[in-house]
Amino acid sequence: MSNLTSSKMEKDKQPKTHDGPVIEVKNLNKAFGKLKVLSGFTLELKQGENLVVLGKSGSGKSVLIKCIARLLEHDSGSIHVLGEDVATLDRKALNLIRQKVGFLFQSGALYDSMTVRENLMFPLTRIRKEMTPEEMEAKILEVLENVGLASAIDKMPSELSGGMRKRISLARTIVVDPLIMLYDEPTTGLDPVTSDEISSLILDVQKKYRTSSIIITHDLKCALKVADRILMLNEGKVHMVGTPKEFEASKDELVASFFN
Amino acid sequence: MAMNIKLFAEAQFTRLGEATLALGESIRSGVEDFADAFLFLVLIARETFSRDFEWREFMHQCFQIGYKSLPLVSITGAIMGLVLTIQSRPVLVDFGAETMLPGMVAVSLIREMGPVITALICAGKIGSGMGAELGSMRVTEQIDAMEVSSTNPVRFLVVTRVLAAMLMIPLLTLYADALGIIGSWAGANIKGEVGFFLFISQAFSVVDFMDLIPAVLKTFFFGAVIGIVGCYKGYHAGRGTESVGIAANSAVVLASLLVIIIDMVAVQITDMLAS
Repeated sequence: MSNLTSSKMEKDKQPKTHDGPVIEVKNLNKAFGKLKVLSGFTLELKQGENLVVLGKSGSGKSVLIKCIARLLEHDSGSIHVLGEDVATLDRKALNLIRQKVGFLFQSGALYDSMTVRENLMFPLTRIRKEMTPEEMEAKILEVLENVGLASAIDKMPSELSGGMRKRISLARTIVVDPLIMLYDEPTTGLDPVTSDEISSLILDVQKKYRTSSIIITHDLKCALKVADRILMLNEGKVHMVGTPKEFEASKDELVASFFN
Repeated sequence: MAMNIKLFAEAQFTRLGEATLALGESIRSGVEDFADAFLFLVLIARETFSRDFEWREFMHQCFQIGYKSLPLVSITGAIMGLVLTIQSRPVLVDFGAETMLPGMVAVSLIREMGPVITALICAGKIGSGMGAELGSMRVTEQIDAMEVSSTNPVRFLVVTRVLAAMLMIPLLTLYADALGIIGSWAGANIKGEVGFFLFISQAFSVVDFMDLIPAVLKTFFFGAVIGIVGCYKGYHAGRGTESVGIAANSAVVLASLLVIIIDMVAVQITDMLAS
């Protein structure tokens, strides 16, 4: 177990590569009161892959990625992100790890009181302090063009549709060039066409920004489109791990109930 | 008969057990709330003195709390002075002490009515606003989004609001006091004719500098309480949309109650120091 300090992490702020799995979760347990959500959960995210975590609603998928980003504290087990045990990091060191991990929230979580530009500027001014205002502006325009919404730069979140909010939220996440992306139900509440567009964007982000991603979803179409590997979560445990083809061919009752 | 007594005794013991468990749960929840509130205060204190103070957000909150409360505080302040004058005048006329009206109104406004009424108005407007805003940010995961953007939400959202309230509420109170005295002059002119400068000089001939200091000092505490309670309730809101309403409502109720309690303590302390 490494006990990383912020001063040590300052030295290599932006490692572009990491040997071994970028995220390693071992024997993770998390309960809310008497309700066990994750029990003995294990996962490995390899460099550059898209890992889809499938599971029924309430199966603990969102809790899993919130534990990875340490928005929730886990009860036992270990979570290593880029080789560092997140549970042992002080706040400064945790922030340095978080700068390399992008989190797309289910609700988008755009700041209501800020315009799209200000929403994107917010993480940039805090994480990419070395950039000049002109470079930040150029970066914002670049990511907005990548998600196809450069024209919405001066709009307020309340003026955007559900799909647009998800795209802007994705732009806000990738604007700081994260190494890892955590997607929490990226297509929930969207129509099939917009869902497909978001799935394509996830693939674009993987190619363009060379990210490794965990995608939490119960949208099968999205899962099959973006996944390099799929992990099925059931009752807090790993039920099955495999490629999309292995899942489609599986005779397992739970898997079949999802795929048929 | 014996069977009935046994059943009755069993039922009574079950009820007693359930009541004990419920009491234990209430105590546990109360202790947890108290510990949460204490930790929140410690966090605010720690982040207030951090090097990366969010000046821009602080200025924005000063504008939101101070400037945007001006219309409400103006109307309240002016009406406060006007009503106090109209209500007091007949009694003072009966005692032949009409000339004491400006001084009496000024002392009442500066010592008590101005600070307390302004604080209660602000508890309603600012406290509920903070509770609802932070509560809705909690529900829509905006606070979590801030956290993963390497931004300390307590420093950005809470410290700036609490300090802005501590700075703006004393200023709003002084402004309300001034408008109250002008309102009082207007009230005095309904049934008579008093020059503005004469009225003001009579008012301030009675007011002592020591009337002003404790009154302003307690408004800092009013501001702190309104800011802390509003932010605490919003920051710790539950996950559903219903919790936003609960956070806003409980922020107003608790902040108003604490303002009254702080006022009572402040009056006692001022009285002790004066005597």
